[in-house]
Amino acid sequence: MEHLLNIFIKSIFIDNMIFAFFLGMCSYLAVSKTVKTSIGLGVAVVFVLLITVPVNFLVEHYVLKKGALAWLGGSFAEVDLSFLSFMVFIAVIAAIVQLVEMVIEKYSPALYNSLGIFLPLIAVNCAILGAALFMQEREYQSVAEATVFGVGSGIGWMLAILSIAAIREKLKYSNVPAPLRGLGITFILTGLMAIAFMGFMGIKL
Amino acid sequence: MFSAKNWKILKTPLGRENPITVQVLGICSALAVTVKLKPAIVMALSVTIVTAVSNLVIAAIRDYIPDRIRIIVQLVVIATMVILVDQFLKAYAFDVSKQLSVFVGLIITNCILMGRLEAFAMANKPWPSFIDGIGNGAGYGMILVIVAFLRELLGSGTVLGYPVMQKLGVYSTGYVNNGLLILPPMALIIVGMIIWFQRSRNESLIEKK
Repeated sequence: MEHLLNIFIKSIFIDNMIFAFFLGMCSYLAVSKTVKTSIGLGVAVVFVLLITVPVNFLVEHYVLKKGALAWLGGSFAEVDLSFLSFMVFIAVIAAIVQLVEMVIEKYSPALYNSLGIFLPLIAVNCAILGAALFMQEREYQSVAEATVFGVGSGIGWMLAILSIAAIREKLKYSNVPAPLRGLGITFILTGLMAIAFMGFMGIKL
Repeated sequence: MFSAKNWKILKTPLGRENPITVQVLGICSALAVTVKLKPAIVMALSVTIVTAVSNLVIAAIRDYIPDRIRIIVQLVVIATMVILVDQFLKAYAFDVSKQLSVFVGLIITNCILMGRLEAFAMANKPWPSFIDGIGNGAGYGMILVIVAFLRELLGSGTVLGYPVMQKLGVYSTGYVNNGLLILPPMALIIVGMIIWFQRSRNESLIEKK
């Protein structure tokens, strides 16, 4: 239990997707103009990560890894499909995003209307594929660990986009030098926020 | 082969239409690999190759791709190219491949690729598309190399592993390496500075209030 909590805290604050690895920067910069839209995108990212990371974990463990196909019979025990992982992960993510979109549309039109436009965008968000690849690289041992890592990364990403959106809303009233307006100042602000987040480094539960 | 129009396609992504500082594409992977110059150069080359070749392939088959499934087709082409690059790096440059870790795989979701395929390769002939890919890859690589050069020189005092600062003898005058530059936040701030510099030189790029 303590172990899971450690992964959770670590993936939110220390290995934050935006501030430590710059994953999902494209949508982070493009959609962070108002707090309202960034909440929508943030929730969608948490949701998709919650589903895709454990699914990719199972795919990795029962299909792709060296010796993972042993459950099919002895002659498959030596098969190593790990070179296919990029293609399989991205296909799984695209399929799940599509499925999630259809399910939400059917059962919760209100949620669909608020997330609607963001869901398809998420399939090509680096944070989603990044989480799958980090899950593979860091060799998490169980579905629980992978799920906790996925949700933690999603919450960390949401925290980042919410705070920058709030800052950018206030920024409208300040007098930024013309060449820095928009993109430039957002980069520098993100850098300053990342320095603040580095204060969490080394925390261990 | 290299008409005036093709030269223009090759040159605009280096400056006025730069993928990182103007189009804001592909920043995800751009910043994390710039601590040292060598991985940044390898990354820039990989992205250039993947962009150029997938542009070429998609432009060649663009008339046969049904519109509804084009995203999937593009992803498959990109993922195939990235797998090839990744296997090549693992075979011939293992240490760099380890340093780049997940970021080679993340070329798949690099927005430059999808962006160029959608905006250019789907509507143009193979050869101009190939040049467009090279140009955009080079524009991306240029920023990567500038950022990595500054971070390695000021952060570790070396260039491509060669101890420049030590050879110049600046340490004896009391100079110290700025450790902050090798940490992630400074990549963002340096890119912010580059954007500032470029926009103050070229005022047509300044965003409206």
